[in-house]
Amino acid sequence: MNAVITARGLRKHYKNTIALDDVSFEIPSGRIVGLIGPNGAGKTTALKAILGLTPFEGELHVLGLDPRIQRNKLMEQVCFIADVAVLPRWMKVRDAIDFVAAVHPRFDRAKCEALLKRTKLTPNQRVKQMSKGMIVQLHLALVMAIDARLLVLDEPTLGLDILYRKEFYQRLLEDYFDEDKTIIVTTHQVEEIEHILTDLMFIRDGKIVLDTDMDAMGDRFVELMVSADRAEAARALRPIDERTVFGKSIFLFDGADKAVLEGLGETRRPSVSDLFVATMKGTYQ
Amino acid sequence: MKTFLWLVKREYWENRGGFLWAPVITGSVFLLLNLMGIIAAEVIGARHGISFGASGELRNVMSQMDAGDMSKVGLALDVAMYSSMAIITVVLGFVVFFYCLGALYDDRRDRSILFWKSLPISDTSTVLSKVVSATVLAPAIAVVVGIVAGMAQLVMAAVTLSFHGINVWQLLTLAHPFRVMGNLLGYIPVYVLWALPSAGWLLLCSAWARTKPFLWAVVLPVATGLLITWFGIMGLFDLPASWFWKEIVVRGLFSVFPGGSFTATQGSPHTLSITGESGMDVLNVSHSWAAMGTLNLWIGVAAGIGLIAAAIWFRRWRDDS
Repeated sequence: MNAVITARGLRKHYKNTIALDDVSFEIPSGRIVGLIGPNGAGKTTALKAILGLTPFEGELHVLGLDPRIQRNKLMEQVCFIADVAVLPRWMKVRDAIDFVAAVHPRFDRAKCEALLKRTKLTPNQRVKQMSKGMIVQLHLALVMAIDARLLVLDEPTLGLDILYRKEFYQRLLEDYFDEDKTIIVTTHQVEEIEHILTDLMFIRDGKIVLDTDMDAMGDRFVELMVSADRAEAARALRPIDERTVFGKSIFLFDGADKAVLEGLGETRRPSVSDLFVATMKGTYQ
Repeated sequence: MKTFLWLVKREYWENRGGFLWAPVITGSVFLLLNLMGIIAAEVIGARHGISFGASGELRNVMSQMDAGDMSKVGLALDVAMYSSMAIITVVLGFVVFFYCLGALYDDRRDRSILFWKSLPISDTSTVLSKVVSATVLAPAIAVVVGIVAGMAQLVMAAVTLSFHGINVWQLLTLAHPFRVMGNLLGYIPVYVLWALPSAGWLLLCSAWARTKPFLWAVVLPVATGLLITWFGIMGLFDLPASWFWKEIVVRGLFSVFPGGSFTATQGSPHTLSITGESGMDVLNVSHSWAAMGTLNLWIGVAAGIGLIAAAIWFRRWRDDS
């Protein structure tokens, strides 16, 4: 089975908002998928559906299991870090390791302890005495020591300083990720994860508006920088976005002919954040 | 099974303050107050020249006692031993009450539920581990603490009397510390079953309420009771208000307070009494277990199981963190 997640026609609505509106997608094994969307777009709902934390309509298979009815079995293979600082405040580092080691069949205690050795955390420290960054270090050490096939990260670095944020993703890439594992991550700090993503999904108002791998994205979207006198010519090619920086106009094209664009000026692959801003224009209006 | 034991252990880690320290502190304070009382009595007695022992009067009294009187002394000592347990019991009731109310709510409020739910543990095990912690673990710890405090109380009473010329060992042989221990431990199974509807109701509120589980847990039954009483006053519907207050409101909310099961056998020969003929052995297991023969207890158990099942369902599907 190659696909880690197959979703068909997912629907979910809260009292007066639609969180998921007929969402379908497939995530193969060995990918790092960025699920990106504005606040309230349905990111967290999608993740909760995958984790079996919320009821929904539609068909969803995660590692071949239905998260609604086979959640306990599923959680042996799936880990998640939801937001920062959800570790219980009364817990000691030692308690956390003992507990997870006792209840999780795929937890590797030695690996967890080795990971914690690189931090300043001590076995008797309580979560309530830790900074946000330290809590995430502990949580990450616990999660990375579990040999899971799917890791779900929902805003894992929110509120952390840049040192912790960089370290977080570096650890994941260096000591955790391999072709048998899949990571889904949502975050608003798009620039920081851009270089580690293999796939990109934009979600807006409960719909997936973009679902592509990073190579295909580079082929499809092109950013063009031209001087002011050529701006009209570029505009004629119907860009999806336009902005001006230091007197030069920057256009974003979706599926335009690369050869034509190169004749007008300098082209390059757009950054995920620029693409995001262009795609989500008008969301809050 | 191993997972379940760790879940209970986890509850103990989190609630050590209520489960262990509350009874320990209560017992200690109780013993300390007793000690202070004894010292005060001795000092006042000495200052005013009131002396029971020095002239040997008390000893004479003892030597003139017949078997019946002796057993009353034994009973008094047993009651002294129970007295420390009694006050710990009240504290235990509060601990269990508030533990159940918070057990499935606090981690939703601080969102640590997201951590617990990231582990391969079923919601059924989670909820049942909390039921066991509330109805077995907490009372078991309280009983052990109560027994230790009771022994200390017994020794304290005996030593005091020995200052007045009475043989400590003779006194201690009159008491029945092992029987008392057995009775206390033997009451735990009755407590578990009796407390089930309360624990279930409180856990259900804890799993269901989005905010303020305490208010929901208390206001819902009390408001219903008031409504029924109100209709009763107006002579409408003729609903059994006093039955509702006793069997639903009080039974549902306060069965986590130990000793409630004795109300089920009220009026029968098993009524809890310290003065009755069989009262020589207070809280005898055969009395406390008489509640097992009542319909009240088993209806409560059935209701409790239903409420716990509902709590498990809400634990699984409540989505607000």
